[in-house]
Amino acid sequence: MSVRIKDLPLEEVVAPGRGGCPGCAAVIGARMVTKIAGQNTIMVNSTGCMCVNYGYAGAPLFPYVHSLFENAGAVASGIDAALKADNRRDDINLIVYAGDGGTVDIGFQALSGAVERGHRFLYICYDNEGYMNTGVQRSGATPYGASTTTSPLGKISKGESRPLSRRKDMVRVMAAHGIPYTATASIAYPLDFMRKVQTALAIDGPTYIHLLSPCSIGWGIDPKDTVKVARMAVQTSFAPLYEITGGRQFKVNLRPVNLKPVQEYLSMQKRFRHLLDDPIELDIIQRAVDENWTYLSNC
Amino acid sequence: MRQYLSGNKAAAEGARLAEVKVVAAYPITPQTSIVEYLASFVANGELAAEMIPVESEHSAISATYGASLTGVRTFVASSSQGLALMHEALFMASGLRLPIVMAIANRALASPVTIFTDHQDSLAQRDTGWLQFYVEDCQEVLDTILIAYRVAEDCRVLLPIMVCFDGFYVSHISEPVDVPDVAQVREFLPEFKANYPVLDIANPKMFNVMAFPQFFEEFQRDKHESMVGSEQVIKEAMLDFERIFNRSYSMIETYCTEDADIIIAGLGSMMGTVRTAIDQLRSTGLKIGMAKIKSFRPFPYQDLAQALKGAKVIGILDRDISPGSTGIVYQEVLATLQETPNKCIVDFVLGLGGRDVTIDTIEKATGILEQVLSGSELKRRVIWVDENREVLDIWKVGETNVG
Repeated sequence: MSVRIKDLPLEEVVAPGRGGCPGCAAVIGARMVTKIAGQNTIMVNSTGCMCVNYGYAGAPLFPYVHSLFENAGAVASGIDAALKADNRRDDINLIVYAGDGGTVDIGFQALSGAVERGHRFLYICYDNEGYMNTGVQRSGATPYGASTTTSPLGKISKGESRPLSRRKDMVRVMAAHGIPYTATASIAYPLDFMRKVQTALAIDGPTYIHLLSPCSIGWGIDPKDTVKVARMAVQTSFAPLYEITGGRQFKVNLRPVNLKPVQEYLSMQKRFRHLLDDPIELDIIQRAVDENWTYLSNC
Repeated sequence: MRQYLSGNKAAAEGARLAEVKVVAAYPITPQTSIVEYLASFVANGELAAEMIPVESEHSAISATYGASLTGVRTFVASSSQGLALMHEALFMASGLRLPIVMAIANRALASPVTIFTDHQDSLAQRDTGWLQFYVEDCQEVLDTILIAYRVAEDCRVLLPIMVCFDGFYVSHISEPVDVPDVAQVREFLPEFKANYPVLDIANPKMFNVMAFPQFFEEFQRDKHESMVGSEQVIKEAMLDFERIFNRSYSMIETYCTEDADIIIAGLGSMMGTVRTAIDQLRSTGLKIGMAKIKSFRPFPYQDLAQALKGAKVIGILDRDISPGSTGIVYQEVLATLQETPNKCIVDFVLGLGGRDVTIDTIEKATGILEQVLSGSELKRRVIWVDENREVLDIWKVGETNVG
């Protein structure tokens, strides 16, 4: 499958008037998703930035439910079953669009159960690496060294202390469920992301896409730089683009010709600024990123 | 057709006859066999439904409201810890105004651990915006599930309903049950068609969006007023049920109350024991009667006040306790009788964690009510009518003999 810009519909399914922050990557991502999915879509949002984004004047032009924080997978299961029972299932795109808190942390059980049972739905986690809607608290997706309000910088703390190598790797965790398709994606590579959405929606079964979503407020970046930061995450291989088919078949989608040092990614974000003049910390992060990239390259 | 069914089987038969389209449930004693029966109905093609064997009770109710919001008839069942785990999502089901029916095989809550019955689990959910019916025997389980769908789906109500029956005493005891045929049921309960907004591609709507302070209260008020108004709908449904099936139910069921000085009121299967005890006590000349509260939400204040009108002393059987206050049913009855001060109302807490409520228990409680009738004052607000003094003396938290 492939996506060409000239084939994309001009119509916008996510209508203006949302309550999102300027430069919100989750909204940019939602727009890309709906360019592929169109109005023949039922969307479930777990509690997070996007349910606030949608919940004001600007309504999406497809059926939508804000579930609860931890149950988007279960609510999608019910919708899938009801559509089947009612002979309405065939051509409807059922999509969960949930943040990392609702996915990696509190919603993990419901997601795991839903994919294990084999419901047909696409689960997209927009990962802004923390609880950004409630004021930047750390989550299971927060990277090592990031300063958040619950992993703050202090006299004896350098921000989030859990090593990068032990951050919950949702794509591989989901692939370990043996589901047909999982992938990472980036708003800086829209054609790659939209192809992945298209691929996932064509599959009669559970699929998962993990979308890195830089957050201007939580990450300390200028709203105009959201896409730049997302691109640098890929070009430093801090957040590589890859997909796993059938739970086993890895494919790296983009191999930067010249991998940039991770410092170039970190230095764009205020949440890491305390690490920038600390060569030991930078080395710890660079080595973890290198190890992951080597692992992926050999898969 | 007359069959020999347990309460759990009767509940499953009720869901089958209602031709539910989606069932989501998680195993928990003593509810488990409801789900097993339904799974077997689906496996044998006796019920054309999707079964979702969810990974938790929270997901059971979540999948159910997802399915209900998609516009199909849904069924779910639970008990005890599982129902407690559902708590958060119960508000979603009522807030989204979804006509879900849930069977509850009542069971006490830990700690300490027990698998046996009391009403703490469902009474702890009384403020979630669900209607609650408490039933006494297996026939009533089946019938009430059908009545519940009829009421829940009525556009004047559109609220979810719990049908509660005692774990083991009803869930696992088999009795002859008249199982109606599908045609009769269809006459009472037409095929479900959501005549309100659902997740529908042709008519896209957003659900569970933010309501700011200028709106939120009105949503709650509408839910409350719909619940209050459901009394009329319940009565209509019960009358129609009687017309079609020749079995009659009411929100407050009375027995020998007309001339009674003493009336005992309460919920669930123990009210059958009360009925038998009343027969015995009446033979000794005592003017005693019973009011079984079938509908706890909505609480039928007027009907109950009417039933208790002639009594001088009223005993409430609470198979539950709100620690630091009183039994929960007692509070509701006090609210019912607030304008009739010349009555003595006594709260009995009993039957917790499966302790058997026997005719002896009822006679013991009646003895206390007789003393009150003859003018004695009670020292305690809550009477633990069947207390185990020996255990109580040992089990004092903080003392050295507890270990």
